[in-house]
Amino acid sequence: MTAPILQFKDVWVEYGDKVVLERVNLSIAAGEFVSVVGPSGAGKSTFLRLILGQEGPSRGEVLLDGTRLEPECSPDRGVVFQRYSVFPHLTALGNVLFGLECGAAPFTARLFGGARRRARDEAAAMLEAVGLGHSLGAYPAQLSGGMQQRLAVAQALVKHPRVLLLDEPFGALDPGIRLDMHELVGGLWQEHKLTIVMVTHDINEAFKLGTRVLAFDKRRHDPHAPNRYGATAVYDVTLDRKAKAKGPPPELLAAG
Amino acid sequence: MRLVNIRPARGPRILIGAVPIAIVLVIYAIFSAARADANPNDKVLPTFLAMAQAAWRLFTQVDPRTGEITALADTTASLWRLGVGIGIATLSTLLLGIALGVVPLIRSALGPLVTVIAVIPPIAVLPILFIALGLGEASKIALIALGIAPYMIRDLAGFVAGLPAEQFLKAQTLGASTWQLTLRVALPQALPRLIDSLRLSMGPAWVFLISAEAIASDVGLGYRIFLVRRYLSMDIILPYVAWISLLAILTDWALQLLSRKAFPWAHGAAR
Repeated sequence: MTAPILQFKDVWVEYGDKVVLERVNLSIAAGEFVSVVGPSGAGKSTFLRLILGQEGPSRGEVLLDGTRLEPECSPDRGVVFQRYSVFPHLTALGNVLFGLECGAAPFTARLFGGARRRARDEAAAMLEAVGLGHSLGAYPAQLSGGMQQRLAVAQALVKHPRVLLLDEPFGALDPGIRLDMHELVGGLWQEHKLTIVMVTHDINEAFKLGTRVLAFDKRRHDPHAPNRYGATAVYDVTLDRKAKAKGPPPELLAAG
Repeated sequence: MRLVNIRPARGPRILIGAVPIAIVLVIYAIFSAARADANPNDKVLPTFLAMAQAAWRLFTQVDPRTGEITALADTTASLWRLGVGIGIATLSTLLLGIALGVVPLIRSALGPLVTVIAVIPPIAVLPILFIALGLGEASKIALIALGIAPYMIRDLAGFVAGLPAEQFLKAQTLGASTWQLTLRVALPQALPRLIDSLRLSMGPAWVFLISAEAIASDVGLGYRIFLVRRYLSMDIILPYVAWISLLAILTDWALQLLSRKAFPWAHGAAR
């Protein structure tokens, strides 16, 4: 096995007396599609925020390519949230260009001339790849929910992040649109050899898309002090073709 | 059909809106005619004809004492003060409001100061301005700027700070620095809000302008109406009030148009 992209070493997250995550030890290899499931409040979003850098661990450390992560977002980790991932004041093209412009023009955050044309072509190609080739000039408000999420994916991928984080990306979409999005994300994952960590409420979705499923929950529970113990990855299974075909185990379906 | 479900179409709606205005004008005409019958020199309710004559005189004839057309000189002076005042307020709002909204450290440092300044009634500091800046243009402009800027700064800072956190995180994952985030994410989204809060601040701005002109000035719309009040010249005051209202309506309309043209994404899905 190659060196892992992401490593969690004895990670704890505590807010005052409240323990959210305890003793998380795991590593994620390049090319994995990790689905994260678990009941509400079991720390799966906190887990994602740790990778994103939106917050840091209280104890332990998170390593990306062997380097300790600072509690700050950076372009090596792309993200798609459930909502508000795209900028309402920029067109679809502008949204995807933004990442390229930030990287190339520190002061103006805008490109001109040939540099702009090249960036524009790159952004347009990325929008084409997510099926938005016909809506380059549209503002997000003119796009449907599914198209906005496609835009958010294109926006993140144009920066070629080491890890792509998806925080319930399809939670607000209609069932039919959701299936289209599964196809899109699954296809992009294979094509671009991405490493993806996806938080979802939908266990079937987790098994359908993931190569590995992590379930977060509390191992111990004190009814008199519900915040005393934190959650950790209680279920961690790598899915081969056979396990995928069988679908999620009944105990997980019941817990979810 | 229930009353709440009756919606007039466009034509009738304009008609329905015009009727109350017409009634008010007709009632005024009746009463002013009655008073003019009783006393041709009545000053309290001048007839429309008398007002038109006074307005014509002020808007077309050169005052031999100043060598200028009175109403135009008043309008230019007032609009200049108003323009510079709201210009300073808008610029400081743009800089401070966005800085306060984007950077938590600046919010912690300057937020309380802005809040304290915002609760001071601006007219109460007018004497201080007169003492510090003299009775000239500076104190009037300062009153307008000080009067509306704190509200606008707080409004814009709150708006920017309230933009979805996801946008700021996303921008950072796309490689944006604090400066790039401010320039490309916060600033463009703040601009339509700034225009909105400026539109709401235009009312207070006129109040501060007219107050300052009423107290110490030698030209200006506010100066004129307070001057002629001494002679009960309602035939001048009323056209001036109508003129000020017209200017205010035009400004509001222009700002609204600017916002719609410049920021189509902020007004529904129009392209």
